[in-house]
Order: sequence, then C-alpha cells, then structure tokens
Amino acid sequence: MTMQTGAAPKFQPGERVRVDSRPALGHCRAPLFIRGQTGTVVTVHGTFRDPERLAYHQPGLPPQNLYKIRFKQTDLWLDYTGSPNDELEVDVYENWLLPATN
Amino acid sequence: MHDHHDHDLTFQADHDTGPASPYEVLEHAIRELLVEKGVLTNAEISEHIDKMATRNETLGAKVTARAWTDPEFKQRYLNDTRAALASMDIDIGDMAEYRVVENTPRIHNVIICTLCSCYPKLLLGYPPSWYKSVTYRSRTVREPRAVLQEFGVELPDGVEVRVHDSTADLRYIVLPMQPEETTDWPAEKLMAKISRDSLIGTSIPT
Repeated sequence: MTMQTGAAPKFQPGERVRVDSRPALGHCRAPLFIRGQTGTVVTVHGTFRDPERLAYHQPGLPPQNLYKIRFKQTDLWLDYTGSPNDELEVDVYENWLLPATN
Repeated sequence: MHDHHDHDLTFQADHDTGPASPYEVLEHAIRELLVEKGVLTNAEISEHIDKMATRNETLGAKVTARAWTDPEFKQRYLNDTRAALASMDIDIGDMAEYRVVENTPRIHNVIICTLCSCYPKLLLGYPPSWYKSVTYRSRTVREPRAVLQEFGVELPDGVEVRVHDSTADLRYIVLPMQPEETTDWPAEKLMAKISRDSLIGTSIPT
C-alpha cells in the first residue's frame, strides 16, 4: 500500500516510545519480540492504511502513522552476545506505540 | 515381478499434492471469473507470472552500480528512492515504498522480514528460500553476527550490526560499500561485483 493522507504523527524522531504489550488477536504487525520494549523513533514514514484491518477486508481507515523504531539489541535479548552498539530497526504502526515511561 | 523403486531416496514432493486450500479455491474462482468477464486473459496472467519469475537481482545491481559511480544519484537513491528509481525508468508502482540503507565503515545493515517474507522483489526478483525460512527470520534478529558469520561475512571490530525488520509497508535494500580497488571502474563492470546477497546484507562485495 502506498502512503495516504492522514493525521499528524503523535511522536517525533528522537522520542522514546514503548511498544504496547497487549496480546494480539489475528493478523498483527508488531512482532512479539518488541512488545513491551522501549525504543527510539528514527523516522516518521507517513500514514498508511492499517494492515491489521485490511487483512479482514476492512478499509483500514483512518490511516495509521508508521514509524521506524530503533531498539538496542541488548535491550531485546538478555543473552545477546554481539556488540552493545548493535541495533534492530522495526517499522511499527502508531496504534502499537505509547510514550516511554523510562 | 518385484517392482521396487527407491522412493525413500528419490522422493520429491509434488507441488500440487493434496486437496486445494480454501485460498487456492478462492484464487481459482476469481481468476476464472476475471477471464470469463474479459478483464484479463489467461495469456496475460501467464505472461505476468513469467515476468515475475524471470526477475532477478540485475536491476538491484544496476542501481547500486549507478549509486557507486554517481554521487548525485546516490543522494537521491538514499533520500527519495521512488524518484531515483523513476529516473532510471524503474516504476515501483503502488505496492510498497522502497528504502535504502547504506553500509558504512561503522555500520553493516542486514534485511529480514520476521513476520513473513517481505522483500524488494522489484529489484531482486523472488527471495531465496532461506530468506523465507523460519530459521533465518528468527535467528537474524536474535543473533545476527552468528548468522552473518555462517554466510561468510566477517565483520571487523567496531562495526555495528543494524538489522532491519520489514514488518509493514516499506521494502528495504542495502547499499553495500564499494570495494576500494574498484574506484575507477565503470558502472557496467561494477555490476559483476554486486550479488543478490550483498543487497540483502548477507554478503560483502570484494
């Protein structure tokens, strides 16, 4: 799906955000390994129709802001053996993001 | 007469064994309707399948070689990939946006899709089967350095690994570093240095 016109983004690059840890039913684009984790907004990609609704033949509106979120690998995996500077970037829709609490 | 075949040794699963899944039945019904209503012809469908199946990393190598040899194009390729590709007559259409992640002496990028198999098909063709495997998808987020090492990628100390999980509407492709000894090479010659895996991040051009 290409970009749509939609609401202004709630979060800005550099902001710390937490991925909601709610359980997901059915089609879900927030992978389990980032749920409940805190990361940093790298890019605001723009707004796109919500694939979690499109998957069920709904229009996916209003469009959701999509963000590139950067996580530290050592935050995601307690037993991570690579460099402490290694990072993982995931595209996450706004309806999965909360302001960071820490 | 004893009719013995070594099926255990030579067996290969048929592509279309077993009953069709509900989605296959649905696809079949829609396809037949489209053809019956004159929206598409079977020849057009077949032609499109062939077009996708014969796509490979040539386009990816071509744009990468251009980015290595043309700094102005490189900036556009990194900042406005759609426009940069359009300037080379590559139309990315309306399926997904494309993003380019640049390897540097400090950062090595690698692309995955943990949820399924999102892949920059337009520039690289269909993904290799390992890209779609559960093993690659799950291990690359968790232990990217071990996976890269198994691909033969030895990263010098001080290089950060940055994994990109394409979970949504964007497709990622790596812009590898140009090997030093190829600095003055023309784009056509450089293309031979650029493999599919180097554009996924599981290889480094040498």
